[in-house]
Amino acid sequence: MTGTINIDGQNIPFEEGQTIIEAATAAGVYIPHLCHQPGYTPHGSCKLCTVKVNGRNCSACTFPAADGQTVINNSAEQELDRRRITQMLFVEGNHFCPSCEKSGNCQLQGVAYHLNMLDNHYPHFFENREMDASHPDILIDHNRCIFCNLCVRASQQKDGKNVFGIAGRGINKRLIVNSPSGQLKDSDIDINDSAVHICPTGALLIKRTGYQVPIGQRIYDHKHISEVALAQENDNGQD
Amino acid sequence: MKTFLTSILTEADYQPVRLLSLLRKIQSQYQHIPMEAIGILADALHIPRTQIIGVVEFYSFLHLTPQGRYDILISDSITDHMLDKENLLGYLSSVLKVNVGEVRADGLVSLNNTSCTGMCDQGPAGLVNGLPLTRLDRPRIDEIAALIEQQQAVSDWPGYLFAVSDNIHKAGLLLNTPIEKGTAIKSAFNRGLPATLQELDRSGLRGRGGAGFNTATKWRFCAEETAAQHYVVCNADEGEPGTFKDRVLLNSHADQVFEGMTLAAAIIGAKQGFLYLRGEYLHLYDKLQAVLQQRRADGLLGDNILELGLDFDIEICLGAGAYICGEESALIESLEGKPGIPRNRPPYPVTSGYLNQPTVVNNVETFLAAAKIAIQGGDWFAGFGTEKSAGSKILSICGDCAQPGIYEYPFGISIEQILADCGASDVLGVQIGGPSGTFISNKEFKRQLAFEDLATGGSFIVFNNSRNVLEIVQNFTHFFAHESCGFCTPCRVGTSLLKKQLDKIVDGHGSSGDVVELESLCQLVKSHSHCGLGQTAANPILTTLQRYPDLYAKRLKTIRYEPGFDLDGALEIARRMAHRNDAGAHLSQVED
Ligand SMILES: Cc1cc2nc3c(=O)[nH]c(=O)nc-3n(C[C@H](O)[C@H](O)[C@H](O)COP(=O)(O)O)c2cc1C
Ligand code: SF4
Ligand code: SF4
Ligand code: FES
Repeated sequence: MTGTINIDGQNIPFEEGQTIIEAATAAGVYIPHLCHQPGYTPHGSCKLCTVKVNGRNCSACTFPAADGQTVINNSAEQELDRRRITQMLFVEGNHFCPSCEKSGNCQLQGVAYHLNMLDNHYPHFFENREMDASHPDILIDHNRCIFCNLCVRASQQKDGKNVFGIAGRGINKRLIVNSPSGQLKDSDIDINDSAVHICPTGALLIKRTGYQVPIGQRIYDHKHISEVALAQENDNGQD
Repeated sequence: MKTFLTSILTEADYQPVRLLSLLRKIQSQYQHIPMEAIGILADALHIPRTQIIGVVEFYSFLHLTPQGRYDILISDSITDHMLDKENLLGYLSSVLKVNVGEVRADGLVSLNNTSCTGMCDQGPAGLVNGLPLTRLDRPRIDEIAALIEQQQAVSDWPGYLFAVSDNIHKAGLLLNTPIEKGTAIKSAFNRGLPATLQELDRSGLRGRGGAGFNTATKWRFCAEETAAQHYVVCNADEGEPGTFKDRVLLNSHADQVFEGMTLAAAIIGAKQGFLYLRGEYLHLYDKLQAVLQQRRADGLLGDNILELGLDFDIEICLGAGAYICGEESALIESLEGKPGIPRNRPPYPVTSGYLNQPTVVNNVETFLAAAKIAIQGGDWFAGFGTEKSAGSKILSICGDCAQPGIYEYPFGISIEQILADCGASDVLGVQIGGPSGTFISNKEFKRQLAFEDLATGGSFIVFNNSRNVLEIVQNFTHFFAHESCGFCTPCRVGTSLLKKQLDKIVDGHGSSGDVVELESLCQLVKSHSHCGLGQTAANPILTTLQRYPDLYAKRLKTIRYEPGFDLDGALEIARRMAHRNDAGAHLSQVED
């Protein structure tokens, strides 16, 4: 079955099995997202991609497209809600953007720019989160993890391993590593694993590459995340 | 350890879906899940250790660090608080010489809070090594402390410490005349299964777990799915504070519940069923196993039931302290040995549930009612209640009333009548449907209990005029923050922010802007959360803000803005380091 859905007044075709975000991306319509990447099982946890489908809030990354749906992706109300959700991610962890190696290349930051987020709005949790710098080439800064599960999925689905997991309940969620010591150095991770390169924030970093491109000349310093995401995700979608 | 693990692994047939029950056994043997056990389990079950740690950290009753050999948890439900729980907890802590949230240095005892234990009609309540302690008071606490110091095995403690009463005060059409064993199955086959499903449809029965989905429709959708297996699951998680009717149904009418499940199995074509029993109801486990065993002996479970060609059996799975596991897709994840994280929908469990096979999940009371309907017919049931809410509802009533316990009413009953029956006077308001439901004030007692007006899963908590609405809301809001599974941002972060924001106001640090902020946060959490927990977590705040805006307003400061932290206090360290304490080294909190 194929058909069309209508996003903000624009008719968009879809194919059987596509989610709303997949149909939108293929048609060049950007829906903000963090836990979704083409080619991975949808997760539906960040809730940034929330759109109104026939009047009801749904996650565009998990909700199947169906003929005749009316989807609202851009309204002032939705932009505010998405900004608030992004602000929640910022206060939950400790995001010191000016000193972060990922600054300018970080999707969380890119989305925040896109949503015109100018402050954190909510009180900070000031969580005490540790770093795992045990591995010679790869670093985990838990302060910046947003539990998007992408590294978990990438390790399982692309690398055929099981390096990461997310444990804990509620606000006590934490990223854990599959090794007897719990440290990254004792896991079977490899620097060429997809899992190492997929993190949308600065939580998973490759050592000694941080400032090769100076801050100010990085991706989202110049381009809008909507533009970058649409270009990249349509490429990936075709492989 | 190796021998112990090998024996429980053999018992579990080395099935990863049994992980939760394996971990429960390890926890009770070693008072925690040792790292060594995690390694052994990972190898034996061929699953990553991250998956095991993920499960351990998700459930409140499992721990990576040792708990006391006597592990005491005290119920933190609002009704326990109303029965002086805080003072009793303090007393318990002092006689046992252990701080709340800690393990005593000698490792003998640990003490902590836990969410509602389902004993609100006989609180203050708690658990020791998983078994319920009811009607706690100082003499009982002295006795418990002495038993612990003498290191008496919990199995040798006097029975009255663990006594759990049914407290049925009013029986209606379901509780009045329980069915004879086997009659529902026989009636269904005599009439024919499709015709029986039609009767169920005619009865208008809607799910008794809260959401009220039409039961016949659910069973029909599931039956129509072609798949290798179908499953029936009875949801006995009963985590909503103030709900304990399923505990009573399983204690006294388990046969009828199991018969309802068997009926569902016949109709949808299932060979296997599960009773998901919340960990807090461990005390019912052996009794329920015996009921199942008897049913097998009676030919009511197993192969070729009553020689009707029906094969079906039921397994009991215990939870481990997580309210979210009552949500049906989280429950299914938990049955599969995983953390109870709600799945994305669609697909719904009727098409893809346990092991991705079509699965019917229903509440205990729903199965109980279905069994009776199979015998009496749909019209009988539809003859009671209101147009959109057929039949009766079993309520668990607790709080400020003379006779807390179980009451069964036809739908449509007024709140006024219920309050009169349970002996409530001088009432301030009633929490209907538990924290996720609605708080109604004493101006609304003409309202009806029905899906058309006030829907409920069964929780009915009465508050008299001596109670403080904001303290009640605080208790509920903390409950949700504690029980959020943490999967999605709006609920994981949002429920914790709600807690902070509400505490700020209740503690007297709020200004008018804070109430506006609180309300918009409520709306965000409600409209953007992934599942019913997040979608209802703000209800206590929203329903009371609507009814008692002045109670919130009274707590506010008159200034326009009050920061959430002490600005001048934060400079204290800097002042000490700079050896300064002059006026210039201080900042005023706000410019008035
Ligand atoms: C957070 C949460 C907790 C729930 N807890 C329970 C529960 O303890 N028992 C129950 O029967 N349903 C509970 N439900 C509702 C179930 O998801 C589901 O709707 C119900 O089991 C379906 O059975 P019914 O149709 O017979 O009501 C809960 C839902 C949510 C969102
Ligand atoms: S480390 Fe990065 S990719 Fe992994 S869950 Fe955290 S934010 Fe997502
Ligand atoms: S709403 Fe809360 S409980 Fe439900 S999935 Fe999201 S985080 Fe988990
Ligand atoms: S992108 Fe859809 S929920 Fe995260």
